[in-house]
Amino acid sequence: MTELAPPYPIALPCTVIEAAGISKHYGRTPVLRRIDLTVKAGRVTAILGPNGAGKSTLIRLLLGLARPDEGSVTVAGQTAGSDPSYRAGIGYMPQHPRFPENLTGREVVRLLRELRGHAVPEDDELFDAFALGPQLDKPVRSLSGGTRQKLNAAVAFMFRPNILILDEPTAGLDPVASRVLKARILSARQAGITILLVSHVLSELEDLADDVVFLLDGAVEFQGSLRRLKEITGENRLEQAVARLMQRKAS
Amino acid sequence: MTAITVFRYELQDLRRSRWVMGYALCLLLLTEALLRFGGGGPRAVLSLLNVALAVVPLVSIVFGTMYLYGSRNFIQLLLAQPVGRGSLFAGLYAGLAVPLAAGFLLGVGLPFAWDGAGEGPLAGPLLMLLGAGTLLTLVFTAVALLVSLLVDDRAKGLGLAILLWLTATALYDALIVLLATSFSDYPLELPLIGLTILNPIDLGRVLLLLRLDTAALMGYTGAVFERFFGSLLGTGLTVAALLLWCAGPLAAAYLRFCRKDF
Repeated sequence: MTELAPPYPIALPCTVIEAAGISKHYGRTPVLRRIDLTVKAGRVTAILGPNGAGKSTLIRLLLGLARPDEGSVTVAGQTAGSDPSYRAGIGYMPQHPRFPENLTGREVVRLLRELRGHAVPEDDELFDAFALGPQLDKPVRSLSGGTRQKLNAAVAFMFRPNILILDEPTAGLDPVASRVLKARILSARQAGITILLVSHVLSELEDLADDVVFLLDGAVEFQGSLRRLKEITGENRLEQAVARLMQRKAS
Repeated sequence: MTAITVFRYELQDLRRSRWVMGYALCLLLLTEALLRFGGGGPRAVLSLLNVALAVVPLVSIVFGTMYLYGSRNFIQLLLAQPVGRGSLFAGLYAGLAVPLAAGFLLGVGLPFAWDGAGEGPLAGPLLMLLGAGTLLTLVFTAVALLVSLLVDDRAKGLGLAILLWLTATALYDALIVLLATSFSDYPLELPLIGLTILNPIDLGRVLLLLRLDTAALMGYTGAVFERFFGSLLGTGLTVAALLLWCAGPLAAAYLRFCRKDF
C-alpha cells in the first residue's frame, strides 16, 4: 500500500480541531447552539446524531464553507474560513459528490491536483485500490453512483492530508469498495492522520471510531471516547449506547 | 492561477455539453436558413436581431441558472480546497459566459463568414449584432449567477430567472407602451431614452435598428433616438450602460459569493 503519511508532515497540536461556543442559525432556525468541541490529533472521531442534529453544518464550519454566527473554529491552530491555506492539510469526502458531467474522472483529478499546486505525486495505486483504473477515462455522466462515490473517496485520500473529513463515506459503495475504504481509514489512523467521520451506519463506526461526538438538536449531548460512552450508558454496542442517550434526553 | 484553472476545466466541461452544442447548432442552422431563404443581407440581420434579443438572454439566464444549481455540490468541493473565493468566482463566471458567448458567435458568425454575406455595408450591422449578442450573454450570465446565489431553492431560482427574462423582453416594453400612450400629449422622447437605457435588451434593439436605417419607421421618436444613439456620446453611453448592466449584477454576485454559506 502506498505511503499514507502527509508529504510535509507538520507537528499537529494535541487538539487539532477546536470549536469554542459556536452557534449557527439558518434564518430563524437554530442549527448549532453554543457548541464546544475538541478533536484530538491522530484519532478517529465519529460525529453522530439524528437527521437535522447539525452534523453537516458542523463539517461546513470546519471547512470554512459557512461561518458561525457566534464563537470560533480553529483547525491546526488556524481560524477556519480566514485564510484558505489551512485547507491544504484537509482531505474532504462530501456526502453527495457532483462532479462536472462532461469531464472524465481523470480530468476531475487533474483539476483538483492543479488547484493544490501538484502538492503530491500521482498515485495510481490509490485509484487501482478502488478499481477505478479504466473508469477514470470515461465521462462522469456515464459513471454509476457507486463509481462516483469511489472517485470521491480516492480524491479525499489523494493529497495525503493531515486531517480527513469523511461525510457518510460508505453510502453507495459496494461491499468490496467499502472494505477497501475502511482499510484505508485504519491505515490513515496508523499513519497519525486525524479522521472525522460522519455516518449513520453505527455498526461500521464501532470498528473505526476512537472518540464519539453525539449531537442532538444542535447541542453536544456526549463527547468522549467510545469506551467511555459504553461505560456511562452500560451498553456494549454503539447503536444501543446511542439509543440509551436519546432515551435519557427524551425523558 | 486558480481562476484560470477553474475556467479552463469549466470550459472543457461546457465545450462538450450537448446543450451548448445544440444552442450553437440551432443558431447556425437558423442563420444559414435566413441567409439562403430569407432574402439575405439586411433582412437576415434584422430577423437575427429579433432572435438574438429573445433567445440569447433566455438561454444565458436559464442555462446559466440550471448549470450553477447543478454545480453547487462541486463548488462546495472546490471551496474545500485551499483556494480563495474571489479566484474561484472569477473562474466560474468566465467558464460559464465564454462558452455561451462562443456558441453565439460561432452559430451566427460562421454562416456569414462562409457565405461572404457579412462584407460591405452589412459588416457594421453584423459586427453590432455580434457585439450586442455577446454583451447580452455576459449580462444575463451575470444575472444567472446572482439569482443562483441569492435563491437557494432551485425551482424558485429558475422561476425568478424566467420572470426576469420575461420582464426584460416583454413586460418592460409593455410598460413603456402604456406610459407612451397615457402621456402621448407630452414630449416623451427624452424620458424614453432614459427608460431604454435601463433595459439591456432594449439597448441592443435600438442600437441595431438604428444601424439598419430603420429609424425612419419610428417617426419623430426614431429621429430623436437616432440623434442621441447615433452620436459618439450616445454610443459611448449605450456601451457603458451595457457594461454597467454586466458589472452591476456581477459585483453583487461576487459580494454574495464571498459571504455566502455553502
